[in-house]
Amino acid sequence: MATEATGGGLEFHPMDQFVVSPLFGNGPVAWYTPTNVTLWLALTALASIALLVLGTRGRAIVPNRAQSVAEMAYGLVHKMIEDIAGKEGLRYFPYILTLFMFVVFANLLGLVPMAFTVTSHIAITGVLALAVFFGVTIIGFAKNGAHFLDLFWVRSAPLAVRPVLAVIEVISYFVRPLSLSIRLAGNMIAGHAVIKVFAGFAAIAAVAPIAIVAVVGMYAFEVLVAIVQAYVFTILTCVYLKDALHPSH
Amino acid sequence: MEGNIGELGQYIGVGLTAFGMGMAALGVGNVAGNFLAGALRNPSAAAGQTATLFIGMAFAEALGIFSFLVALLLMFAV
Amino acid sequence: MFSLLQEAATTAVETTEGAIVIDDATAHGADAAAHGVEGAGYATEAAGLPQLDITTFGNQIFWLVVTLVVLYLVLSRVALPRIASVLSDRQGAITGDLMAAEEFKLKAREAEAAYDKALADARAQAQTIVAQNRAQIQAQLDEAIAKADAEIAARTAESETRIRAVRASADVSARDVAQDVTAELVRTFGGQADDATVGAALDGRMKGAVQ
Repeated sequence: MATEATGGGLEFHPMDQFVVSPLFGNGPVAWYTPTNVTLWLALTALASIALLVLGTRGRAIVPNRAQSVAEMAYGLVHKMIEDIAGKEGLRYFPYILTLFMFVVFANLLGLVPMAFTVTSHIAITGVLALAVFFGVTIIGFAKNGAHFLDLFWVRSAPLAVRPVLAVIEVISYFVRPLSLSIRLAGNMIAGHAVIKVFAGFAAIAAVAPIAIVAVVGMYAFEVLVAIVQAYVFTILTCVYLKDALHPSH
Repeated sequence: MEGNIGELGQYIGVGLTAFGMGMAALGVGNVAGNFLAGALRNPSAAAGQTATLFIGMAFAEALGIFSFLVALLLMFAV
Repeated sequence: MFSLLQEAATTAVETTEGAIVIDDATAHGADAAAHGVEGAGYATEAAGLPQLDITTFGNQIFWLVVTLVVLYLVLSRVALPRIASVLSDRQGAITGDLMAAEEFKLKAREAEAAYDKALADARAQAQTIVAQNRAQIQAQLDEAIAKADAEIAARTAESETRIRAVRASADVSARDVAQDVTAELVRTFGGQADDATVGAALDGRMKGAVQ
């Protein structure tokens, strides 16, 4: 078994940190069982609420630290939607901000030692991506009707290549939720697994200092990746939203 | 030596997917380098294009992540 | 946790094998074996990538949807209106402050203009006062000069009359002296000198001299 790759007393279990297990007892995981996923989802939601609700409690004209971070997140997402999807996109601002806050806090909380990273699970990111995909498709058809299909029929191209482009466009459209979910989950899995592997090397005294330095470096890199991936997830959502609102170009 | 030929192929395949990582690194580096070259020519226009930069990097990097996914599938799911 | 499951699975598989080999298993043993097979299946899936363990998907999706709905409701009902109001308040405050600053600037400009005007007025007034004074002084000066001129003229005239009188009196005296002298001379030389003849001769001689 691959996880049992033992050699010279080294034991790597880089994937064990992703196992879903019930919080109480050892029973099977039914759909309602409170698991570690539930715990960390709840913590993610609480952290987002703490920042955006408790942080802005003062409603100060001159903000304190928490309030300015909350306003920064708000301004970042607001400006992103306005720049990419236009003014009409602001109708969906609350959901996109929810997505951003959820992803960024799930990623960052996942970096707490011994934590469980909910965004490293395909099931979670898949639901997020599919929600964006179906939401955007429904918005596209509701706003533009059949004209939404202009997205696939590139009128600026010569007639002869349009069918080929249409096939490519359709494929790329349906790959979107896949790439959106795999990108996020893959980044999280990869980063955490690499940290875990380096941490495993720390068991050998000779390479332990290098391993520890590597863990610190990877950790800093992962903090960056956590934020950048949340940003990328949100920005791609905005790009898809723009396609739904203005399909013909 | 022990083990079977299937496991051997599995590990070789996993190792080969590391090439995907290198290719993605080339892609991301290309995106960032070209952005920097353009930004130095016209610094005033650079600020408005950071979103495009991130989108491009995300697309380039996604394919590297796909190779990582293939590696994981080979290691654990096959 | 994970290793526990695996251990359980391994034992379960062993039990199953045992059950198959040993034919005369009791009902209880068969039950245990069946349970073991189930457990083994579960554990084998868990042994792969945890992300691909389909049995946990329902759980994750359910809790994710709950979390997202709660987060969405809280953010859209409480947080976003609050932040939006704070931002618009701040924008309002900034705009208000800017307008107040503009007003103050305008006021300052007005004050400066008023100051400039006052300064110009004061300067003009000073100029008029200076001009007035100068004119007054000039008038006084002119008057004084005129007065002095008049006085000088008067004195000159007076002096001239006196000089004329003196000269006239001097002429008369000179004529008397000349008459006396002439009469004496004529007498001395033995002539007969009456006053009228001497006077006429003197007048004739003096006509050119006195003039």
